[in-house]
Amino acid sequence: MKKNFLIIVIFIFPFFIWNTSHAEDGSFHLDNAKIDLDNQQSLQRGARNFINYCLNCHSANYMRYNRLQDIGLSEDEINKNLLFTADKSGELMNISMDSDEAKKWFGANPPNLTVTARSRGKDWIYTYLRTFYIDESRELGWNNLVYPNAAMPHVLWELQGIQVYENNELSLFKAGVLSEQEYDQFVLDTTNYMVFMAEPAKLVRHKIGYFVLGFLVILLILVINLKREFWKDIK
Amino acid sequence: MKRKTNLMTWVDERLPVSSFIKNHLTQYYAPKNFNFLYFFGALAIVLFALQILTGIFLTMHYKPDALYAFASVEYIMRDVSFGWVIRYMHSTGASLFFVVIYMHMFRAIIYGSYKQPRELLWIFGVLMFLLLMAEAFFGYLLPWGQMSYWGALVIVNLFATVPFIGPDLAEWVRGDYLVSDATLNRFFAFHVIALPLALAGLIFLHLAALHSVGSNNPDGIEIKQTKDKKTGIPLDGIPFHPYYTVKDLIGLTVFLIVFTAIIFFMPEVGGYFLEHNNFVPANPLVTPAHIAPVWYFTPFYSILRAVPPIFNSQFPGVAAMGAAVLILFILPWLDKSKVKSIRYKGTLYKKWLAAFVLSFLILGYLGTVPSNIWGQIPSFIPLLGGLDLATFVARIFTIIYFAFFVLMPFYSKKDKTKPVPKRVTS
Amino acid sequence: MSKKHNGFDKDRRKFLLTATAVTGAVGISAAGIPFVTSMKPSEKAKAAGASIAVDTSKIEKGSLLTSEWRGQPVWILNRTEYMVKGLSKMEKNLADPQLKVTSQQPKYCQNLTRSIKPDLLVVVGICTHLGCSPTAKLQPKGDMGDDWTGGFFCPCHGSKFDLAGRVYKGSPAPTNLVVPPHKYIDEKTILIGEDQKEETL
Repeated sequence: MKKNFLIIVIFIFPFFIWNTSHAEDGSFHLDNAKIDLDNQQSLQRGARNFINYCLNCHSANYMRYNRLQDIGLSEDEINKNLLFTADKSGELMNISMDSDEAKKWFGANPPNLTVTARSRGKDWIYTYLRTFYIDESRELGWNNLVYPNAAMPHVLWELQGIQVYENNELSLFKAGVLSEQEYDQFVLDTTNYMVFMAEPAKLVRHKIGYFVLGFLVILLILVINLKREFWKDIK
Repeated sequence: MKRKTNLMTWVDERLPVSSFIKNHLTQYYAPKNFNFLYFFGALAIVLFALQILTGIFLTMHYKPDALYAFASVEYIMRDVSFGWVIRYMHSTGASLFFVVIYMHMFRAIIYGSYKQPRELLWIFGVLMFLLLMAEAFFGYLLPWGQMSYWGALVIVNLFATVPFIGPDLAEWVRGDYLVSDATLNRFFAFHVIALPLALAGLIFLHLAALHSVGSNNPDGIEIKQTKDKKTGIPLDGIPFHPYYTVKDLIGLTVFLIVFTAIIFFMPEVGGYFLEHNNFVPANPLVTPAHIAPVWYFTPFYSILRAVPPIFNSQFPGVAAMGAAVLILFILPWLDKSKVKSIRYKGTLYKKWLAAFVLSFLILGYLGTVPSNIWGQIPSFIPLLGGLDLATFVARIFTIIYFAFFVLMPFYSKKDKTKPVPKRVTS
Repeated sequence: MSKKHNGFDKDRRKFLLTATAVTGAVGISAAGIPFVTSMKPSEKAKAAGASIAVDTSKIEKGSLLTSEWRGQPVWILNRTEYMVKGLSKMEKNLADPQLKVTSQQPKYCQNLTRSIKPDLLVVVGICTHLGCSPTAKLQPKGDMGDDWTGGFFCPCHGSKFDLAGRVYKGSPAPTNLVVPPHKYIDEKTILIGEDQKEETL
């Protein structure tokens, strides 16, 4: 039996231990975003940040506003505080900006951000939003360490302040409204929210999973005994 | 009780239900020495049923249209009640199907289940493996993400390398000058009806052939040769039902534990079951930095990349990749060994088998990573200097992969086999 | 490894079989839940079928406004005083004047006029027979004959309804027209699709 188990492990699980990071083109070191999907306060702050700052140029139109009820907001709160781009909370997070116009302004269409946390990963978002620096050579005046030559200006510069990149190091050239810690928390909340938005089912997935696994373990005990009982016949 | 018998008689006079159950379950005698490797056949059937079931429900919500496909998958993931469970079941089922099938084939290889008299059974199996690969390939385009799009594009372009008719052939497969809505539509048709139907038919043939020749076993002994003189029942055989049905239940439950653990706790499996880049909608203008097929294709993809172009043609690589699968068809006639099971084969065969399994795994790994992953061979080494090290390694193992089959007639004949007992060992 | 078939063995076997079968059945039914519920209206359908607000101030006395809710025509009829008075005299012609089939209207419309405000009738304009949309014949007499006191007539199979959507005796339609859940969000605006709360009655 031990030998059998070993064979299973050798054959089924090698791909679990292979490199599991998200594919990135750059080799820039990403900071670990210590998000917590159980922290509703953080998720709600993140939702507010996202809707206020991101949802002007980026759409998130696979996501419905009323899904924010999953992170503890009531329908009234959504209607009153967050519903800028739609009339009803059942609507998708669309934007009013015309995509052709956007292409003219930024040179590229701002991508839909609904599932970006799944394609780029949480660490990428967390690091990206914190590594903008001023770069005169770029059309919009900004550049980014994680995503060099990104077509996006630093929308959050008033909060973070202005960073410069010299001698391979980022430093704050002009302070923003938020302290460094506050800004990191701001980005962390936003990242947290984007991870939730990319897969709302994640909030319930694990809970259901424990039930299902518990049930199957009981079933396993039963079928093992059943098999042993029947196989007593076999000499 | 009496009414029940009457009903059964009534039905049996019109449809041979009782005799079917007898012939294929309660009086189908299977060798009593099956080990855990024999779970995988039953698991494959369960997975097939599960894929059909989840597929039907996904089809209710999915839109095979380049404009809506990506959004409709996200619609399933968030707007359809429990749609995410069904979608993850389908995506996880696809990957696990290959795990199960690879184990099933490995079992057949080590116990010589392809050998006489089971050649046809094996051929149906390889045919199903081919169709399953096609099924998975067609299905992978449907989410219409970046990996779907560029994966399909690269594979369809393989057809373009066929001499003379290539470009026309690729265009015919796509139905357009590029992978487009037309391609998506036809892939959808193949994925949801044509191939599942063909697979169902082949499963029937596979089982019919199996029940006609009887199951092989880890000892590679034909149990039908030693029968009870009075009853005519094989002495080493036991009724499939209830003994193997209850045993398969254990395999099924363990499988379901792995299956649901993936669905509920790690549905992406680190980007191997659901690739990260496939959460970006297909964009014909931007190629992702690193395109890799899903893990189950990577051994064959590695072989494709390993073969260098000859006379400026990529076709040899494509041909090698095709041959890597097609060579399985003639396996029954390559093996000249007197014994079936690895238990009675000599060390020579075992060494070759180990080399083959190793090359399959290493080629599989190399297919998931860019070919420059290990850097280049230093330029001062003659002939090989400047070549990607990973490509060189892939070439070595490609050669071993093929040598396992091509040289089999020789080493299997030369191999010192052990005497096979008359009765199965437990 | 003995091959004994005494009573104890059999009992244990039977017990294990039953226990496994029951547990398996529970598992299979639980696994069926996602599949069954996935066929219910999705969030998209729910959003499209959400409540709609209708301004009633523009509907003249004695006329009808048709609006759409969940893809169905919803009639809002502004009845004149004469029309409302006529409703109480209809009883002998109607199949269910007592509104015994309570599923056809919310509790708060379980009254003579089948409405929250006596003059404003809100009703789904779909015949309860086979789903055609009846034609409004609001004026008495005319091509409906001299007995007609105003109401709705279904062209498909000739069902007749009065000005409160109540079905006539002898019509193919079995029940009264459906009054959808609705409420007043202000004096003149009706929200169709959401129930009036009890205390505001």
